[in-house]
Amino acid sequence: MRRILVVWLVLTVIGVPLIVLVLGPHLPPGHMSAEASDQTNANTVMTAVIAPIVFLLVAYFGYALVAFRARGDVLEDGAPIRGHAPTQTVWLVVTTATVLGLAAWGSYTLIVSAHGAGGGQGPNPIALPANYKSALQVQVIGQQWNWTYRFPGYGSVETEHLDLPVDSDVEFHVTSLDVTHSFWAYQLGVKADAVPGVDNIAFVHPRKLGTFSIRCAELCGLWHGHMFQTGDVVSATAFASWIAAQKKAEAFNQKYLTPYARQYFPEPQRRAG
Amino acid sequence: MRRSSAKLGLVVVGVACAAALIAYYIASYLVVRPPAVAASGEAPRARITLQTVASIGFGPHHDWVSYLAQNPRGTWEHSTVLTVPAHSLIRVTIYQYDTATGLRNAYWGGPRGLVGGMRINGKLVPTLDPNLASHTFAIPDLGVSVPLQGVASNAKNQCSVAPCTLAQAHNTITFTFRTGKGGTFRWQCFVPCGAGFIFGFGGPMQSIGYMDGYLHVVA
Repeated sequence: MRRILVVWLVLTVIGVPLIVLVLGPHLPPGHMSAEASDQTNANTVMTAVIAPIVFLLVAYFGYALVAFRARGDVLEDGAPIRGHAPTQTVWLVVTTATVLGLAAWGSYTLIVSAHGAGGGQGPNPIALPANYKSALQVQVIGQQWNWTYRFPGYGSVETEHLDLPVDSDVEFHVTSLDVTHSFWAYQLGVKADAVPGVDNIAFVHPRKLGTFSIRCAELCGLWHGHMFQTGDVVSATAFASWIAAQKKAEAFNQKYLTPYARQYFPEPQRRAG
Repeated sequence: MRRSSAKLGLVVVGVACAAALIAYYIASYLVVRPPAVAASGEAPRARITLQTVASIGFGPHHDWVSYLAQNPRGTWEHSTVLTVPAHSLIRVTIYQYDTATGLRNAYWGGPRGLVGGMRINGKLVPTLDPNLASHTFAIPDLGVSVPLQGVASNAKNQCSVAPCTLAQAHNTITFTFRTGKGGTFRWQCFVPCGAGFIFGFGGPMQSIGYMDGYLHVVA
């Protein structure tokens, strides 16, 4: 028992700092947004907390394999295994405390600290960022098989590309025109289901300039695997120029667009031919 | 002992045969594609000619809506796999024989990614009323999207079986787009035109050879 504890202690003392300092900064999804950073930090904390338990199991099994391996040709039953109440109690208490502690901490970061952690919260979100009333509204429309985006604050212009201003709160309204999709802006740490007839709200606060990938995370038909785009986090000035250019470029088609709404109900029966 | 071994062997052989059949079916489904139809002409200018029909009229899904492609010899082929040269201007002519279904998203009513715009029956059209669209020809990764105006539902001499002829009611849509470096790109229709399927998005809308295809851009 003492040998196992010594091995476990050595593994933990070496492993946990390595996880926090070396592995942690490289865990997904990165630090492009406040939500992504929170997710990366959560991944780091969970890995660091769980690692000692994994090390204990590895040390125990490793020791058992070496110390208790069968020797010689004669196979015999080993000594009977009996319960050891102190060990069982410690195991149950430690693992229960670990799970409950992570659940409490996760709930806190999800609701209070990370404003929904980039996840879709449905039409009535409860985890709101402080300045959500001034957030940039972006509607994400999934359809077989592409994403388009509408900006109700800019004449409801619709685009095929997504630019977002850095250091601004963004409020995504994710919906679909046909089947269920899932809007996954990986580096931003945003993932929200796009469901027909549902306005699924998610928040993000981009912190770094750069390009992020957008994928569909819900199997949605033949070209699901091709439902891929890239978006850009740009400066506020660049965003203003970009959205102005989009309004100008899309003016020719604007009159035909359906008036902006939180969700759309295309008429499938009539449209189906 | 010997009998149980024989039974076990039989089970193993049976499972192996079933696995082989399943693997063959899946591989056949994934690998088999319509033959590629090459564009007419060579780099830096080539031409594609397509037609859309309300029902293909033959094969296992004879009542499915479909595209057809014309090969360089002028013969219509039931294929949506197209080959075009890289770094070229591709002139596309689509004979549109189907009636209007309407766009689910009016955004696709605007032609995009073209060189010189879209012409319907020779007339330059900046955008199409989404209710008049029958299909679209869209290559999302190249930024190309073109709505195809449907034939009036009360038009005379409508085509019912492919390949349709120019003597039958149709709209002619012409446009040009530019290819870049080589690669394979998917193309599709954005109109929910799969009649008889939920939301119109089943059947032909989910099938290469009907309303979806590949564009091979060859360097």
